[in-house]
Amino acid sequence: MINLTINGKKISAEENSTILEAAKNNGINIPHLCYLEDVHEFGSCRICVVEVEGAKTLQASCITKVSEGMVVHTNSSRVRKARKVLYELLLSDHSKDCLSCKRNQTCELQELGRTLGVDETRFEGARSASYTDSSVSITRDLSKCVLCRRCVTVCNEIQGVGILNAQNRGFDTVIGPAMNLPIGTVNCSYCGQCTVVCPVGALKETDSIQEVWEALNDKNKRVVVQVAPAVRVAIGEEFGYECGERVTGKLASALRELGFDDVFDTNFAADLTIIEEGTEFLNRVKNALTGRGAVLPMITSCSPGWIKYIEHTFPDELDHLSTCKSPHTMMGALVKSYYAKKINEDPKDIYVVSIMPCTAKKTEIRRAEMKNDGMPNVDAVLTTRELASMIREAGIDFRSLEDSEFDNPLGMSTGAADIFGLTGGVMEAALRTVYETVTGRELPFDGLHVTPIMGLDQVKEASILIEDPLENYSFLDGVEIRVAVTSGLKGANQLMKEVAAGKSPYHFIEVMGCPGGCMMGGGQPRSKDPDVRIKRLKGLYSEDESKVLRKSHENPYIISLYEEFLGSPNSHKAHELLHTHYVKRGVFNEYSNEKFVAKGADIKRAPGGTDKMADFLEGARKKERKERDENESIRILALEAENARLKDELDDALETVELFKKVLADYAEKHR
Amino acid sequence: MSNKTGSCTCNPTEKTSRYSEIDKVIELYKDKRGSLIQILHLAQEIYGHLPLDLQQYIAKSLDIPLSEVSGVVSFYSFFSTKPRGQHTIRVCLGTACYVRGGKKIIEKLSEILGVGLGETTKDGRFTFEIARCIGACGLAPAMMIDNVVYKQVNANKLESILSQY
Repeated sequence: MINLTINGKKISAEENSTILEAAKNNGINIPHLCYLEDVHEFGSCRICVVEVEGAKTLQASCITKVSEGMVVHTNSSRVRKARKVLYELLLSDHSKDCLSCKRNQTCELQELGRTLGVDETRFEGARSASYTDSSVSITRDLSKCVLCRRCVTVCNEIQGVGILNAQNRGFDTVIGPAMNLPIGTVNCSYCGQCTVVCPVGALKETDSIQEVWEALNDKNKRVVVQVAPAVRVAIGEEFGYECGERVTGKLASALRELGFDDVFDTNFAADLTIIEEGTEFLNRVKNALTGRGAVLPMITSCSPGWIKYIEHTFPDELDHLSTCKSPHTMMGALVKSYYAKKINEDPKDIYVVSIMPCTAKKTEIRRAEMKNDGMPNVDAVLTTRELASMIREAGIDFRSLEDSEFDNPLGMSTGAADIFGLTGGVMEAALRTVYETVTGRELPFDGLHVTPIMGLDQVKEASILIEDPLENYSFLDGVEIRVAVTSGLKGANQLMKEVAAGKSPYHFIEVMGCPGGCMMGGGQPRSKDPDVRIKRLKGLYSEDESKVLRKSHENPYIISLYEEFLGSPNSHKAHELLHTHYVKRGVFNEYSNEKFVAKGADIKRAPGGTDKMADFLEGARKKERKERDENESIRILALEAENARLKDELDDALETVELFKKVLADYAEKHR
Repeated sequence: MSNKTGSCTCNPTEKTSRYSEIDKVIELYKDKRGSLIQILHLAQEIYGHLPLDLQQYIAKSLDIPLSEVSGVVSFYSFFSTKPRGQHTIRVCLGTACYVRGGKKIIEKLSEILGVGLGETTKDGRFTFEIARCIGACGLAPAMMIDNVVYKQVNANKLESILSQY
């Protein structure tokens, strides 16, 4: 332990801890902005400066380690003054349109101003880059960026993707993709982790609220909504519930209040995914073991961020992906076929909205593959945050809502579906069904939980020995099925390098794009609770355990769906509606030119300008040119008028001179 | 200085041959941390400038994000992403040169060359830039053409200096 004095208080702190941590553990809050515990400890904003006796300059407390005998002042007038000046300088290059900003009242910069007691902005001057760049999933509003670089850390260090980095220098610095390319044109996975950590309104999901309101107002549309498993343990946070608290019943009621005609559960489609994906897996293993050849390991395909990442980063390994669509697009496909027929409605008049913890799903539904009969499976995706915002806007008192159930036939689900929202959940759900299909017995784990793949580690693995299988699966006798689970793209990269080298020891791999799985997705509420991951995890596991049916193949509505409509798992019809294929993209889109730029993206003010941007810029340029031409012609007219006026003046002057000359000449003549 | 780059190609195999000269450099520095700047420096030396597809090639070879490469390229004014002229003129605008009329030199040069700062003349002979102190304050105002320093320049000398290139 290290002994030091902070504000006259003698305290002891752990070795290698920072001044900020030591102070916090002893009840002293040091204001900070860019610092994000365990994620971003970088000292870029300098708001957390403190006075350390003996040091010439103020020190950033989030990166300065404690040392023996150190004397620190966190509240001296020098420190307070410095913080205020720093804050005001940040404001001088900020748009300050707080009242019309999505982050109003949840903005960390705003809160900091209140903490620091700032009541004036003394600095006004030039503003740096302030344009907006929108992809279908993520919008960057550079007028609000405070250059804290949290997003850079998350994108590079945690996800290992590296789309966002500081470009240019000094006043011209912007955080963005290489060469100021629009984010809709690069190899971004759209995982949205950057939007979760952004302290201000600079990074956010691209708005879909408006189009959903329009659909809800359209009397000719039947608007169907579905909710992902991870939403039910997170949306409560937006209405004052404890982190991880399950609010499933209230959520269903809120959606009805908003005016959705059918309130379905993506969980149902998760159960369906297990049947389709489990069958696909068993077929692949069978083919591999009986010498017919199959691509193994098979990798899950539920996470669209992960899908986009592998398409860019490992374009030659796409055969490893399960061909199953993600659960919500399966649901969309079913709503516009199976359900439409059931209720005798033209699928063209059905509008499917998915409530997702995810920003990548917004891009997923725009993919050409996610269509059947020329209609998109899903029409709009709202993030958990967006739904909360709609509930507030509609004046619904969430806390006083009665609990209600999802609608059938697409609303019932087993416990296996709930755990789709956490890392290891899809694998566990699949194993519950696959093991029982093969052996006729329940999965030999306490409470059906595959313990080795539970928890929040980056890469987890397990193996299950198949003994005494049913007759149809005798080829599996004595086979040890090896599985791996990872969440976050950095872990995925690690496992994929093994796969690409042909050295992967696994049969089946689950990948979720966000660290912790969907419950920590890029569209989830921005939590301040340091234990958020473990609390949401517990919430989902308890939702699973609270159900009587906990294995996907026991879902009675799934059974009747196959009987009435799909036939058998992996049938022709199932393939048509529920399966997909993937697009080879390459890191720099060498193989595909598909772009996901949002409509109306305002990038005309973007600095630089590259080949790829040229297409987008051309329109804006034309407009500018026209305006400039107009301005130019007005200027020329004005100049011509001025010229004429000056000419007249000159003529007058010349005339006067001539006159004077004459007078002088006359005068001289007379005297002679 | 050779300039072998032209319009963008999207064919990765063609890129390999196009930028094969930089491979040796990358091989040399690959395992050394923090050698990106050195590689970019040599790449600019070989190809004249650092267009997007060359940056992509370097990023891929080093297995680092493109945004990191472009971040470094855009940070240092010495790196250029557009084709450069045969010769680079850098007029010093450090404090001493500024005080002694560096700005006048820029105005005159701009007039003679017919281009603004950061631009390249139409005939591709000169790229016109400013420098922040070239360490020749005693000789102010100073300017450089490629690696040659010209001391106590004034507007009248410019024509004769340029005619040497």
